[in-house]
Order: sequence, then structure tokens, then C-alpha cells
Amino acid sequence: MARRSEPNEAGLDTTRREFLQVLVAGSSLMIGGVFLTKEQAAALPGPGNTSDVLDLGDTLVAAETAYKYNLTLEVTPHNRVRFELPREDKGQGIATTFAMVIADEMDADYDRVDVELSDRRADRTTTITGGSSTVRTLWEPARTVAANARLRLVTAAAARWGVLPTEITVKKSLVMHEATGRAANFGELSAEAAALALPVVPLPLKPLADYGIIGTPRGRKNARAIVTGAQKYTMDLAVGDTPDFPANAKPTVVLRPPDIKGHIVSINNLAAVQAMPGVIGVVQIDLPDRGAVDLLLPSFPQSTGVAVAADTFFHALAARDALDVTWAPGPLASTSDAQIEATLTAINLPLTPVLPIFSSLDATFDFPYVAHAPLEVMNAVAHVQGSSATIWYPSQTPNYQAGQIATALGIPEANVTMHIPFAGGAFGRHLFGESAIEAALVSQALGLPIKLMWTRNDDMRHGRFRPRTHHALRASWLAGTTLTFEHRVAAAEMDLRHGYGDLFLGPGYNGAHAAIEQAAFNATVSVPYEFGVTTQTILNQRFEVPTCSWRSIYSGTTNCANEIFVDRLALAQGADDIQFRLDHLAISTSLAAPAITRCLQQVQAKRNAWGPAPAGHAYGVAAHGEYRSAVAYLVELDATNPANPRLTRAFAAVDVGIPINPKGLEAQVQGALIDGWSVMVRASNHLDNGVIREGSYSDFLWARMNHTPKTIEVYVFPADPARALPGGQGPGGAGELGLPPGSAACVNAYSRATGTQPSRFPILEFV
Amino acid sequence: MPVYNLNVNGAVRTTPDVPADMPLLWVLRDLLGVTGPKYGCGVGVCGACTSHVAGKAKRLCIRKNVDAEPVPNSAAPQVGDVGNQPIVTIEGLAVGGELHPIQQAWIDEDVASCGFCQPGQIMRALALIAANPNPSDADIDQAMKDNVCRCGTYVRIRAAIKAAAAAMSGP
Repeated sequence: MARRSEPNEAGLDTTRREFLQVLVAGSSLMIGGVFLTKEQAAALPGPGNTSDVLDLGDTLVAAETAYKYNLTLEVTPHNRVRFELPREDKGQGIATTFAMVIADEMDADYDRVDVELSDRRADRTTTITGGSSTVRTLWEPARTVAANARLRLVTAAAARWGVLPTEITVKKSLVMHEATGRAANFGELSAEAAALALPVVPLPLKPLADYGIIGTPRGRKNARAIVTGAQKYTMDLAVGDTPDFPANAKPTVVLRPPDIKGHIVSINNLAAVQAMPGVIGVVQIDLPDRGAVDLLLPSFPQSTGVAVAADTFFHALAARDALDVTWAPGPLASTSDAQIEATLTAINLPLTPVLPIFSSLDATFDFPYVAHAPLEVMNAVAHVQGSSATIWYPSQTPNYQAGQIATALGIPEANVTMHIPFAGGAFGRHLFGESAIEAALVSQALGLPIKLMWTRNDDMRHGRFRPRTHHALRASWLAGTTLTFEHRVAAAEMDLRHGYGDLFLGPGYNGAHAAIEQAAFNATVSVPYEFGVTTQTILNQRFEVPTCSWRSIYSGTTNCANEIFVDRLALAQGADDIQFRLDHLAISTSLAAPAITRCLQQVQAKRNAWGPAPAGHAYGVAAHGEYRSAVAYLVELDATNPANPRLTRAFAAVDVGIPINPKGLEAQVQGALIDGWSVMVRASNHLDNGVIREGSYSDFLWARMNHTPKTIEVYVFPADPARALPGGQGPGGAGELGLPPGSAACVNAYSRATGTQPSRFPILEFV
Repeated sequence: MPVYNLNVNGAVRTTPDVPADMPLLWVLRDLLGVTGPKYGCGVGVCGACTSHVAGKAKRLCIRKNVDAEPVPNSAAPQVGDVGNQPIVTIEGLAVGGELHPIQQAWIDEDVASCGFCQPGQIMRALALIAANPNPSDADIDQAMKDNVCRCGTYVRIRAAIKAAAAAMSGP
């Protein structure tokens, strides 16, 4: 495994083989590891039917149980603690979160804890960064490994000094025996600690009250690197940044067809382009869909084309632009949004009729395709040498990705090394990695290391999208009691072939994909209110528009639609929007109801404090519970000009059970509201005869500074100590939590400010 | 194709032979190893490459005579036109490891999520404060509206601009 450089501290050998590592099976360096037997693992809970009882995160926790302590933590001779996080940090802040967790459990100096993103771990099969599961899956394992490391350091010190381990204290990476005044830092004890033959065992972990770092607001560990330009993203990497980074990785771009999945008929001026200044090679790349799944089903392959490698991206782009290629249209050449919307509307299951004596309300909603559009475009560095490949790509699913690359190259998967750089956003997009496959193919073809970058146009016109969805909802009530709540979703199928833990691994996807999608839907969406007979179903139709989970998987549309509809139910019954929700939570048996209630009560108090909304303004509210967390939003909207509305201020209350870094949590809750505002009010993608209309941020109208509120205040509920007890729920997820209610609150405010009931999004397209 | 001596972050940097119409973004990133300015769109609509040329915030990615200039007066000169005008990227703000007050404000407000847009945001904000030492919310809206932050850190950027402006105006 490649070692990344650590902060330079002169005079110390950086070879650390003899120092304390708590790591992996199969290595002579292994100090220990706890593995469950297959039988023990099988006895764990399996996939559930409703997210209320057992959600996606629970299944991911279960999937990793067999190797959960198989983590790498090292105490270096420089007295730094180095933890390899087997996840992708793409700005959500998990590297900082786990630095806090490790430091607190180990009593290490927080400033001397470095969290690095682990290379692909073939021995952690289901590793995935998704479903807001990172903290949920690694909370207990990371602390346990840290506690084991601490125990070894204390044991080593006790042996060195001939004292009892119980007489030893640890503070800020310093191990002390106060009675004799002796002390040694972690680095000084590391070699002796490494020599101890102790297995990694579940140890008692600290009670919540003993943590001094967890729960305190911390800035990002890499904040200084970001503001000085020192933070390296994949395209910034150079020789020396990582030990095996190749010299002369060649900038490469790809000419793609005008429409989705168009294909090459002929390249008409290959020789002329190859002779252009700075051009190193021109390669036709072919990225057929890989895997047996596509023998049976219509496919999801991506658009590819003609790659140009050159001395600089300027030369590569110029040569790409000079290419004369004859294209054949792709499978969507005569398909536009209207047909897809009509198909989804037609296939959706009918709503159940309601007896005339009941009051009822119906609604439909149509959500558009939406690109992920992380600011860092899709890219990758690949160095293919013979039957081995080394890849730099910030994958959310490194093992799936390695399999895809291996198949494309015709080499063993075991020969694919994947380094995971820090990423400039992802929002689900890195669950797949076509750019990494392309880079590998070009590297193989040219025999050179390749630095391949998609342009923004590539990203938006040939990328993946949140699937288009059509929703029909109906609720009925009698004398204030809600009797039925029905939500039928027809969706462009979400490509889930990357798998989500053992819940739906790639191979199982083939035969049972409809069942898998329903299971995934059930594991992520729920109605927390007592609404009588509650039914939610999804029906998928596969189109050739490539899709992918987009922040909060199905929840961003389905639970958003629910929260808009709940607002309308309140309005229809003459009830206050917050009180209506509280009343239906109070009688609910949903496990999420108490936390949502707490959040809504905060919102209620805040709205009271704000007083009546100014003329032309309105408040919007929405709430959501998922990932064992809950959040409620209150937004104030200025719709004086309904064609140019703006959020003026916002408030959110969030309860994640155990907030590890409140500052990072706030950022997630704030960002989710901006996402919600963008997708519900401003930005979308359109399909016009197989071509995605939008090409960049000029027409993909993501919110800017002048569209967003001046303040978004976030109230973070303090930790619940019970959740930190052994067997407790631990912290809930946070990354995706805010998107569904953040989206709905914006729509609800707009609706109340304008007296309209938007059913098609983004709103401003249909005003 | 000539060789150019550029004034980058206070130092003279000599390019290899390059075409005169090469955008500074690629000169800096691919030839001089200055990777703070980012590629986000390539056509001047996202602001991720924003840096200072002769003290003005400019977009380094725009190809003259190829791309439109989406934001008026935002296109940086290309390598053949820049001469010895000082080019300052995000790497040029800290002096001797001492952070510029605007960088410190960005850290104090914990602005960044993914951070990819932030070099451009900081350089744009710095030009704003240089021209307007006490920007109002409306001034901030106007100056920053052409820089995209996909993570939605705008409220933190706004707070950091105000903090930086206060710090830079001195006691």
C-alpha cells in the first residue's frame, strides 16, 4: 500500500515497519483483528422492509460487521497518529470527523492525528461512501481500534517503567506515570507497543461524558490547505504528492457525440489531428456496458468517443475541437422529456378510490432529470503497465470501480490499485466512475500514464442524472382523522449496479432488479406520521438516460413530495402546518417521530420569535427523519416578485443523536437547503431528442450568492448519552438528511406566498 | 512559438515555447505547476479559476476569440498578451507562511466544504474588498454572483467576506 507523506519533522526515519500499527489480516504486521464467523454474521439482521425499523444504513452496518475492525491505525515515530479512512471525503468532512473520534478515544493530541483516505481495500468488500452511512458504520469500529491502540501504548509504558497500567494516565498523546514523574509520548512508545502480542478485541469505550473533542465544533482539518491552494485534487496531483505518482501523466480529453450514446461511424481526419502541435495520441475508446446484466436488459452504457492525449489540456482541447467525426445517433434520438413524462404517468399504479363520505386530496408532482454537477468535473489519472493498473480516482465504490476497470482492461481485478484523492464534491456521482475506466483504456492503448478530464459539457451532457420521477398522492380523512395516505411513484430507473453493501450487490442485480429497487426504496423512504393506511410504492421504467443516486437516493423526490403534500393536507383541513405535523406525529408509532417532533418544536418556537411574515413574504416548513436522524427547516421567502423569489432567512433544527462535529453538521444542513432551493426552484436538465439541453452553469441554473438567504441558522440538538452506550444506536447520518425537507420547505413557502400549488419543478420554469 | 517570462506570485516564471493564445489557466496548471486556479467550466461561467491580473479579478480559462466573455471584463489576457502584469493566484496570498486576513477569515468561518471553488471565491472577494472596503450585502451579492459554489457555502462566504473586510480595515 502506498504511503502518503506525513508532515516533515527532521531527523526521523520514515520507515515505520517496527512501529505500532493496528491493521489488516494477511500481513506480517498484523497485530490483531476480530472477525465474526459466517454463522455469527448470518445471525445479524438482514435487509428490512421499512426504513423505520431497519434502513439502508443498518444494512450497511451489518454488511461490514465481519471485518469492521479491519482498519489501519498507526502511531508513527514522529508521534503522529495516522488513521486510514476507507471512505471518500468529497467535502462532507468525514476525515475531520474521524480525526476527532480517534483523538478522543485514544486521548491523542488532536493536532497530531492525521486521517488519510485509504486506498481501495479489497478485503473490505462492501465499502461504500453513500447512504449517509460513514459515521454510522465506522463509529464503533474506529473507536474500538483507537481504544486498542491506546491500551497497547499504556501497556508498553507500564512494562517500560515497571508500574501498573492502572496507574498510568494519557493526555494529548502523552503517557504519564504521575507518581514517579515519568512520561513518554505515543511516538516514543510505539515500537514497544508494536511488540506486544495482543489481539484487537472489543474494549469498553468511553461514555459520552468522557469525550472532550467529540461534540465540539471544529473547522475542517484541510481548511488551511484549501485556502492556500495547497489542497490537491486529482487533476492537481504531481510527482511526489503520492509515492507512486507517474511522471508525465498526459492531459487527455474526449470528443463525445452530440447526443446521449451516439456512436462513431468514422473519424475523418485522424492523421491530421495526430500531427497537430503537442498531440501525443488519438484513441477511439469504447466503453460498452460491462457485466452479464446487460445481456438481458436494455443497457446503461455511457457515451464515449475519441480521446486525445497531448502535452497540455490546451493542446488536447484544440485537437479535440479539430476532430472531424461522423456520428450515428444514439437510442434516444427521437426521445424528449415529454415522452418520458407521458410514459411515467401512464405506467403509474392507479390511486385507490375513496368513499364519497370521506374528504380527500390528490396531488401529482413531476421532478426533472438533474445532474450532480460537482464543481470538480469527472476525471482520473491512470497508469496501466502490463497487467497492472494504478488509478487515482475519488471513488465512492472503489471495489466495484476496480472490477469495472479490470474488465475493461482484461486484467485481474486484484491488479487494480486505486488511490482515493480528496474530491471537489460528488453528491452520488462517484458511485460510478466512467472517467477512470476511460483513463485506464487510453493509458493501456498509448502505453503512457494518462490524466483524463471531462469537460463541463461532457459532465452535463453525457453524465448521469437523478432519475426523472412522477408522483401521485392521495389522502383521505374524516372528522380530523387521517384514514389513508397513498403515494405511487413511477420513476426512470435508478442505476444501482454499484451495489449498496450486501443489500444488492452487482451480481444479484440481474435477475431481480425490480425487487431490489423496491427494497432500496423501502429502505430509504418512510412516512413518520400516523396517517392510517399508508402505502408507498415505486415502479421503474428503464430509459437510456444514464442515472445515478443523487444526494438522498429516493428520498430527495419521494419524501420531498410527501412533505409538500402534507403541507397541502394541513391547508385543506384549515390546520396550521406545524401543528398538523405535530398532531400526526404525537399519535404515530414511527421510531422517527420523537426526534422529528423535537425538531419541529424548535421550528415552531423560532417562527413565533420571527413573528408574522412581512407583506409578499411567507414562511415554509418541512421535516424529515432518516438515517436515525431528524431535521426540520423553517424558511422565509420573499416572493414579492413571484418570478424572482428569494429566501431571505432560514432556520433548521437537527438531531443526529450524537453530533460529533456540530460545525460540519451545520454545513451539511445549510448546503442541503441550497441544493433543495436549486433543484426545486431553479435548476434542471432537459432531454431534447436525445440531447441534454444544458451544457454548463450558464444554463444549469444552480443557486448563486444572490439567490440565497443571508443567514441559515442551525440548532444542533445536544447528544443523547444513551445512544453512546454499548448497543446504542450511535450517531445518525447527516449528509443527505436535509435535502428532502430543505427542498419541500422552499416549495411550501412559495406556495404560501403566491397562493399557487406548483406540481412541476423547477418552479421558475413553469411560472 | 515564443517563450514568455511571466510575473507569477511575485516571481519570474519562464514558460516553455507556447502558443500566444494559450489561456493562463493551462499555462499555470500544466506548465508551471500552479494548480490553485481550478478548471470548473472552461468558458468563464463558474469562476473557479478566478485569479488576479494587474490587481483585477480575472477568469483565466476563457479562450480569446473562441468563447464569449459571459461576465463583462472578466477574461484574463492570454499568455501572449499578459506581458509583465502581475498574476496573483491563491498560492500568492500567504507571505512566508503568514496567511492573508481573507484566508484567515475563510478558516475562522470554516467556509469550505469540498473547497474546489474557494480559491476563485477568495480571489473574487479580495478584489471586492480592495474596491469596496466595507461591502454591504447587496454589494456582496453583486460581486459574488458569478462564482458557483456547488456545496452551497454561500452564507459562510458572506460571513467570511464581512470578517475579512473588518480585519483588513484595521483597528
